[in-house]
Parts: sequence; structure tokens; C-alpha cells
Amino acid sequence: MSTFWRTFKVAAWLGWEMDSNWTEPWLFIIYSIVKPIAAVFILVLMYVVFAAIGNVRPQPLFDFMYVGNAFFIFVGSTLFGTFQVIQSDREWYQTIRYVYISPISFYVYVMGRAVSKIIVASFAVVITLAFGAFVLNPPVPITISWSAVPVFIVSFILGLFCLLAIGITLGGATFLMARHTQTIAEAVPGIFYVFCGVLFPLSVLPGGLSDVGKVIPLTYWFDLSRRLLLPSAELQGIQTGLGGFSDLTILAFLAISSVAFFGLSIAVFKAGEYLARKAGKIDMTTSY
Amino acid sequence: MPYAVETRDLTRIFAGKRHWLRKPDPEEVERGVGPTTALGGVTVQIPEGELFGLLGPNGAGKTTLIKILCTLLLPTSGEAFVAGHDVTKDVFPIRQRIGMVSGGETTGYGLLTARENIWMFSQFYGVPSKVAKERIDGLMKVFGLWDRRDAKVRTLSTGQRQKMNMVRGFATDPDILFLDEPTLGLDVNAARIIRDYVMKWLKENKGKTVLLTTHYMAEADEMCDRIAIIDNGKILACDTPENLKRTARMDTTFQLEVDALRNTDGFTAIPGVKNFSSKNDIGKNMTHLTFILDGEAPVADILSRIMSQGSKVHSLQKSEPTLEDVFIRMVGRGFE
Repeated sequence: MSTFWRTFKVAAWLGWEMDSNWTEPWLFIIYSIVKPIAAVFILVLMYVVFAAIGNVRPQPLFDFMYVGNAFFIFVGSTLFGTFQVIQSDREWYQTIRYVYISPISFYVYVMGRAVSKIIVASFAVVITLAFGAFVLNPPVPITISWSAVPVFIVSFILGLFCLLAIGITLGGATFLMARHTQTIAEAVPGIFYVFCGVLFPLSVLPGGLSDVGKVIPLTYWFDLSRRLLLPSAELQGIQTGLGGFSDLTILAFLAISSVAFFGLSIAVFKAGEYLARKAGKIDMTTSY
Repeated sequence: MPYAVETRDLTRIFAGKRHWLRKPDPEEVERGVGPTTALGGVTVQIPEGELFGLLGPNGAGKTTLIKILCTLLLPTSGEAFVAGHDVTKDVFPIRQRIGMVSGGETTGYGLLTARENIWMFSQFYGVPSKVAKERIDGLMKVFGLWDRRDAKVRTLSTGQRQKMNMVRGFATDPDILFLDEPTLGLDVNAARIIRDYVMKWLKENKGKTVLLTTHYMAEADEMCDRIAIIDNGKILACDTPENLKRTARMDTTFQLEVDALRNTDGFTAIPGVKNFSSKNDIGKNMTHLTFILDGEAPVADILSRIMSQGSKVHSLQKSEPTLEDVFIRMVGRGFE
């Protein structure tokens, strides 16, 4: 256990140094604030276009989109922060062979490296939500009751845990890849964006495509986060496809699927590691 | 005596690049497209406390062997044990006791300082932070990196990064250290510092073991207690440097410098020529020849064959056998 904790701490420190040390601290802070706000403006513009060309109910759907997009910041950052570790240590820094042969858990190392990305993403999510609540007019009615806080915290931890597990599952695959990591970095979050009810409710997806979203745990995380943060919004009018379930049922779905993904991530990561070690690909450098 | 490293009939075959739907044709295999045998049945035993050298040309299988022993790569067949643990099954106890440094690399996290880079690795090995920092500072002074301790790795020169990696290798105080061409590309002084430190470290720390791969003959000769000569994935000989040279001493070694030769095919047909190697110096338009002879009698025939090509002999000298002569005697070519 102490090895896991030591690995996690040092990997998290390394990730933070690499994410925050690329420029002067003041520039890093400005960048961290401006980036999510810029993303908000893009979202607002998208919504204005949707509203202009479609027949949408303005405020509740915007609130739905807004909170979904805010939480989606975690997806790109966490996934990128996990499965990109193998590629970057192997191809860019060429340190993977020394990290890999250290007496650590490489799984925990990858997980630790993602922590800084989660911290930076959390900062961006808070700024985005605050901007929506206090700057936009009309404001996004973000609030949370004290009674909902424990459920929110548990769902937040489970959501991040699940994201890490998905990222590490993909990391297991990148052990064997040379040039397709960037494709994964773009494609997988894109899939989640469409199928997890981020931009629009699951119910608008045709045929059985909404069922695709129901097997992805992030769908439950986004839905539950919206329910807890937008209690006063008229979300009830939006057919999310999960309206028949209580908050605790959604939380249970999230917990079960997170555990399942955690098991899957260990299996895929170990299999990828074994196959890479067998093929001599752990420390390959291809310069792709 | 316990072995720090032991391999039995260790073989590693790389599948090579080929389309999964069709078998490679022989011509593709020739070009390296098909399977390549990097190690073909290597058996070595390295007792604790030894500085063991693997000497061989590029592509001989040295790095492949080190990668297997360091748990980076699985063997195709055979067995390998490090500190008594099987490299295919017990990786964690092996990793707790080993360290590895590869020469000619520019690895490192560019945004960290040299000191931070090394400290981070020491933490992976569970070295208490204070102890690690003291050890790192001492090693940085030894390797001439003290002035650059707080420089970002991205600003270090290639040689400085290599020294940093050497410090990393020693900072975790491993029981068994694998040094893969540690002085590759370094200037003479830096290479000397590394060689001296490795020998000093072994002398001062009884029971530590070093497996050194190199293609520098003098380095292997100077440093190693025993040397295995490896070529094409096979161990050709394994003994102390002195004993290896003694085998070559039974023969006569001649070095010649002649005008560039177009054809060197016929030398082995001369009676008494056991083996030879040739190396062209394009800049000087000369050929350097090394002959391993059974006595001095064949020298006249060699000279007449050289002169029959219109080539002039610039120098001819009988020499004491070196490890390169041992290699030439066994393989029929030099390292270059």
C-alpha cells in the first residue's frame, strides 16, 4: 500500500510540475482563467445559433447544455491526462524504460500523472459554473442544497474515478500503438460528447442510439450533476431518458458501472502491458 | 556462490514487420522484415560482486539481453534470473534491486531541473528524500554536474544529460547495475570519470554487481573482471580479459596499413592465416588489416597478394593481442 501511495504522490507531483511549469506562474493563472471563459463564449454562440435555426425552449435547454459542457471539461482533460502518459514518456521524454523498471505500480503511476489535469480541469469547471451563475444574463440557476451535497460529492468522486478507469483502459491499448494516440484523444471524448447527453438529451438520439449512452457511466454522472446543481431549473420538461430514476438509483448505476470499468481498466492495462513486453514495445520510439 | 545474474539458454526472437495475412518470403527475411534472432541460447552466470562485461559489435544482442534482465522485455524461450528471481514472473523484487543506465540517450523531463529529475526517480525506489538529496548532490559533484544542478533538463547538453542519467543510476544505490554503453558519445574526460567511478563504487560496496555492455575494447579490458564476447546473439567466449588475450597470444597478430585494397577476399585461403579483418579509411585512402596468423610464415604470401593488386604497404607491425584480436580470431571481422 505504501508503494502505491508513494507512486501516486510522486507521479502527481511530476504531472503538476509538467502542467504548471511550462510558463511563468502569472501567465499560467491567466491562461487557466481565460481558457474556460473563452469556451463559455463558444458555447453561448453555439446556443444562439441553435436557438435561431431551431425551435428550442430557450432557458432550460441552455442550462442543460451549460452544466453538461462544464462537466465535460473533466472528460477531455482526464482522458488525455491518463492515456497520453505512456505515449509521452515513451516518445517525447524517452523515460518510460526507467519509470517502468522502477519498483512501482505503473497503473498507479499513470493514475497519479492525471491528478494535475484533474486539478486544472476542476479550476476550469468552477470558473465556468461561476461565470454562468454570476456573469451571464439571464444567469444559469446553479445552486445546491445542503442535503444534496453528500450525494454530489460521492457522484463527483465516482465520476472522476470512472473517467480515470476509462483513461487507463485506453492507456492499456496505447502500450501497443505508435501513431494512433492522437486519434483516440479526439475520437473518444467525441463519442462521449454525443452519447452521454452533454449537448442534448439522450432522448433526441434516433432508434437504439440512446441505449449506447445508457451503458456509459458518464451519462449518469452528467445527469446526476445536473439534477443536483440545477434543482430550480425547468429540467423536468426535458426528456433526458433517465427521468424515471431517482437520484439514488442513478448514483447506484454510476457506482456499479464505475466498479465495472475499474475492473476492465486493470484487465486491459495488464493485458496491454504484457503484450507490449512480449513484443518489445514498452520503450519503443517511433518518432511518429 | 549466489549469482546476481544467471541465464540458461536464453533466446529472444523478434517477429519483425510483416503483413499478418501472408508469410514473409526469404528475401524479406534477409532484409530484416521477417523474424530476427537477437539472442540465440545465451547462458551466463554472474556472481555477486563482479564487474561483468558484454563485449560485442552493434546488433550483437547486448541491449536485448539487458532489456530482458531489467524486466523490460520477455524472452522467447530459456530462463533468466536476477538476484535469484525469475524475470518473467517475479518482476517486483527484481526491480527493487536493480538500476539501469543506457548511454547515448537524451532522456529526461525537460521542464524539471536535473536534480528534480533524479530525485523523482529516487522516490520511486523509496529512498528517503533527505538521503536522496544528499546522495544526489554528492554524485553530481563527482560527475561534474554540480554547476548545472538547478538547470532545466531541456537546457542541458547531450553529455550533461548522459551524466545526469549516470547519477540517476547510482542515486538509488542498486545491488545490480546494468550499464548499457555508458560512455557512448562522451568526451574522453567524461568517459574516464564514469569508468573510474564505477570501479570505485564496486570496490567500496562489496556485493554490488555491474553488468556492462560496451563495444569499446579498452574499456572492457580495463574495467571488467570477466568478459563475454557476444556476436549475432551468441556468446562466443567468456573469461577474464587476460585469459581471453592468452588464447590469442598463441597466435601471431600482425597489423598492416596499405593503400586502399579493392579485393580482400583471398586472404583466408593463404595457409597459416587463421582470420583477418579489414577496415577502410576513406579519408586517407588506406586499408587497415589485422591478421591472426599461425606463426610468421604466411606474412610473405600476404605481402605478395597485397602488392599484386598494385597496393603499397605503409606499415607492418607485429602486435600484442588485444580483445579485438580475440574477437577477430573468433568471428573473422572487427567491430567496425
